[in-house]
Amino acid sequence: MSADADTLPRVTAATADVTPPRPFLREHWPWLAAILIAVVMPWFFFNWSTGRHSGFVLTMLSEIGLMTIFALSFNMQMGHTGLLSFGHAILFGLGGYCTAHALNAIKDGGLWLPTELVPLVGGVGGLFFGILFGYLATKQRATAFAMITMGMGELVAAAALMFMGFFGGEGGVSTNRVTGVSLLGASYSSSWQVYYLIVVWVVICVVLMRLQTMTPLGRMANACRDNFERAQFVGYDPRMVRFYQFMLSGFFAGIAGGLYAILYEIVTFDTVAAPKSATALLATYIGGAGGFFGPILGTILVVLLQSGVSLLSNAWLLYVGVLFIIMVMFAPGGIVGLIGAHAPIARIGRLRELAVPYIRVLIPGLFTMLGVVALVELASFTTIGASQGKKLAVGGLAVDTATALPWIVAAAALLLGGFWLRREAAAFRRRWDALMDEAKAQGAAV
Amino acid sequence: MSDVAISLKSVRKSFGATEIIRGVDLDIPKGQRHAIIGPNGAGKTTLFNLISGRFPVTSGTIALNGTPISGLAPHEINRRGLSRSFQITSIFPRMTVFENIRCGLLWARGYRYSFWHLLGRQKSLNEQSERLLERLNLGARRNLPAGLLSYAEQRALEVGITIAGGADVVLLDEPTAGMSHSETDYAVSLIRSVTEGKTLLMVEHDMSVIFGLADVITVLVYGEVIASDVPSRIRANKAVQEAYLGTEAA
Amino acid sequence: MEVFLVSLLNGLVYGMLLFMLSSGLTLIFSMMGVLNFAHASAYMLGAYFAFTISLYVGFWPALILAPLLCGLIGAAIEMYGLRRVHKNGHIAELLFTFGLALIIEKCVQMTWGLVAVPYRVPAGLDFPLFSVYGTNFHAYRAFMLLISALMFVSIWLALTRTRVGLIIQASLTHPEMVGALGHNVPRVFTLVFAGGTALAGLAGVIGGNYQVTEPSMAFAMGPIVFVVVVFGGLGSLTGCFIASLLMGLIQTFAIVLDYSLADLLKQLGITITSSTPFAEVLSVPLPRIGALLPYILLVLILLVKPRGLMGTRDT
Repeated sequence: MSADADTLPRVTAATADVTPPRPFLREHWPWLAAILIAVVMPWFFFNWSTGRHSGFVLTMLSEIGLMTIFALSFNMQMGHTGLLSFGHAILFGLGGYCTAHALNAIKDGGLWLPTELVPLVGGVGGLFFGILFGYLATKQRATAFAMITMGMGELVAAAALMFMGFFGGEGGVSTNRVTGVSLLGASYSSSWQVYYLIVVWVVICVVLMRLQTMTPLGRMANACRDNFERAQFVGYDPRMVRFYQFMLSGFFAGIAGGLYAILYEIVTFDTVAAPKSATALLATYIGGAGGFFGPILGTILVVLLQSGVSLLSNAWLLYVGVLFIIMVMFAPGGIVGLIGAHAPIARIGRLRELAVPYIRVLIPGLFTMLGVVALVELASFTTIGASQGKKLAVGGLAVDTATALPWIVAAAALLLGGFWLRREAAAFRRRWDALMDEAKAQGAAV
Repeated sequence: MSDVAISLKSVRKSFGATEIIRGVDLDIPKGQRHAIIGPNGAGKTTLFNLISGRFPVTSGTIALNGTPISGLAPHEINRRGLSRSFQITSIFPRMTVFENIRCGLLWARGYRYSFWHLLGRQKSLNEQSERLLERLNLGARRNLPAGLLSYAEQRALEVGITIAGGADVVLLDEPTAGMSHSETDYAVSLIRSVTEGKTLLMVEHDMSVIFGLADVITVLVYGEVIASDVPSRIRANKAVQEAYLGTEAA
Repeated sequence: MEVFLVSLLNGLVYGMLLFMLSSGLTLIFSMMGVLNFAHASAYMLGAYFAFTISLYVGFWPALILAPLLCGLIGAAIEMYGLRRVHKNGHIAELLFTFGLALIIEKCVQMTWGLVAVPYRVPAGLDFPLFSVYGTNFHAYRAFMLLISALMFVSIWLALTRTRVGLIIQASLTHPEMVGALGHNVPRVFTLVFAGGTALAGLAGVIGGNYQVTEPSMAFAMGPIVFVVVVFGGLGSLTGCFIASLLMGLIQTFAIVLDYSLADLLKQLGITITSSTPFAEVLSVPLPRIGALLPYILLVLILLVKPRGLMGTRDT
């Protein structure tokens, strides 16, 4: 995409509050559509003959839901305040542990709290640890902040394995979400009930986080991200802005952790460990940091990759890594940034002219991708698969990874696809640049 | 004492072994438009950084409206009614022009770190921001990211952010640097109108701007004040002509 | 006393290994601002390359070839990857190396399998060199110390005696000035990145058989290397050296000193029972929290000195 489009400063979210009020439906239809999709989604996978929901799909959708809150809470720090945290999962996991203990206490009768409100326990726990860790970490910014949060993340993860009382050691803390205390009379023994509980909490949290960006604190967080020195000279202490943002972000991360505890009924040390923090970072960056749709899109993609592809392939982390590198190299604004880059061309009404170039890139692109995937899978089945006693099969056809033929076919697909892709990509770029110039000439670039 | 806005008493500042500010004494009465001039490297911007709290002083005291402010953080000094602009434009480039101005107003309007006020609903705050935008002639640009404004417009926005909070004492660091003649004329009239009734301290290189705006001029050479007087007498001052204007006027 | 001496030597060995790994990262981080997540991956690659090469031609050629291979990979990463990503900012660069680390780990798993490979100390060095109070000091450890010391001296000479070294030194503290003076900064970057990666590879060659050569070794080593670099401070090889030795010694000594806070309190006349608040925290013995000490130190120093121990500038 043209360099200019990438270097243009991106306008932050929420200019909506200064434009004249529009009808609620016209302004918020994408959000309402998203909620509608979330509500009807499980029914596409409903098995009408047995009358049962698909457990796998429901768990995955629930995971998408709670990870959305988690990624958005991470984005409160990274996208909105410019704070890159390597230990965000500690707020998530500690919220989860608090929730698990609360659920157990409710079960024992030591605490009365309807299941619907139990995630709040996670939120309060996240808030508490957000205050505790945030007080220290937000003294610094930039790399020092990133390193402090990394250290804290490692510390908490290690502590989770060490201390039995709160963390339950390696076994984690098991719990039971069926407490018999409910506002709505639901038992939460079936996963669809849990899913809809999560949907409700996601909606609440997304709305709250979005509103938060339109408050003085939210705006000053953007200001500190853009130019923290200037923020000082309009009367704000950037450290306090960072602290409050961290704290609030901890609250939402804690709610996500609480939902996690309810969904899986066990909280182990993975919830505080580095890979969990990395997931938030991946999702936010792949989707596009800064706005709201970005982290949500990114979460959906990452969770699908995690639960879908990891079932099919041993090498799913490799695909995530490759996807990540491609995004960083070619689309630093994430998926949302990619879509946004089309705006000037759309504004001059010539988006249609990109359709053919896109298709022409897509075909060799698919070819190359198939080549890569085939090679990776071949390699993966030769070593890892063999040790696990698995056999590679394509469409029911067993492939012998010890023979040369499949390797040659895969390598050929990769090479041919690659060369073809290079040519088409160059043609695509020319077309793109021409349209961009046109858009600029018509003053639609901004 | 209370009619002095800024008071510097034997202020010194060293970076390592180099002393940049070598004992500056300066009193600026309230309501005065005061300019600091001097050759490059005289320490003008450093002096600004000391007064606004960006750097700590090495020794000496700085007082704002009679209370000492040396050692305070920039945001604390700002909250006591001193605001500054920067020589190198310092705005919030990814936020809209309107947001930039509103950020300048938030603390002064008492919003602090609130995360419960929705800015879109703060009618009087938004109206005040709009009025200021109109005064800055930036009304048409209100929804543009500030980073996309022209240079002169960014300078105007910078002045706007600086005075938005209603500080009584305003420090402007080379507000017209790099502007064309017509832009400079516009900037001067803008500065004159927005600093009405305030104490203004400015660093400037453009002599026409200084002689047009300043009530009193202080000449700083190598970290020392060599003269401080009304423009007409500064113009006639031999030492100043030698140290500074001599080369500039030739 | 004997425990002390042996631990001191072991700590020194580990510390020097850490220094070999982190010196390259310090150079890369200071000059290019890239917090290279894939640095420990180069360490892992070094170990695996050395394992495979030593299967065919023995350990000694591997000692040279494996780091060279790593260096070449490093140069390629810098020229074809990082340079492209550079314009997208530091977070993009960091995430790029993060993605690389994931890919390298997966590739290693697919090439060499999920379990550890039998990469062993060469037979010629597999004997006890001397013994201190009955505890053997292995010849291979002495060899590791020797290699690290040689490497330390050659880095020092290269940085202080060669033209490129002086440019590198200058750009540690003033990266933007060096370009202004007309030096070919991209080429210096490539050189430093390749050199740093090669050093990490070398550390892998001599560390892989000292520890265990397995696919998770990169992610186990990565955070510690970060801790050393950040603790030592940006732009300071000396700080990096001190931090490496400190971390090496701390971790080694923590393993042998079997005490807990409860023991300390007992000395002061306070007895910890299971009913005391935080009894669990207080009674954890030092060996168990040994791995945590570096992180505690990291957090503490960054809170007090965000530039690290001897850092010359902010990030």
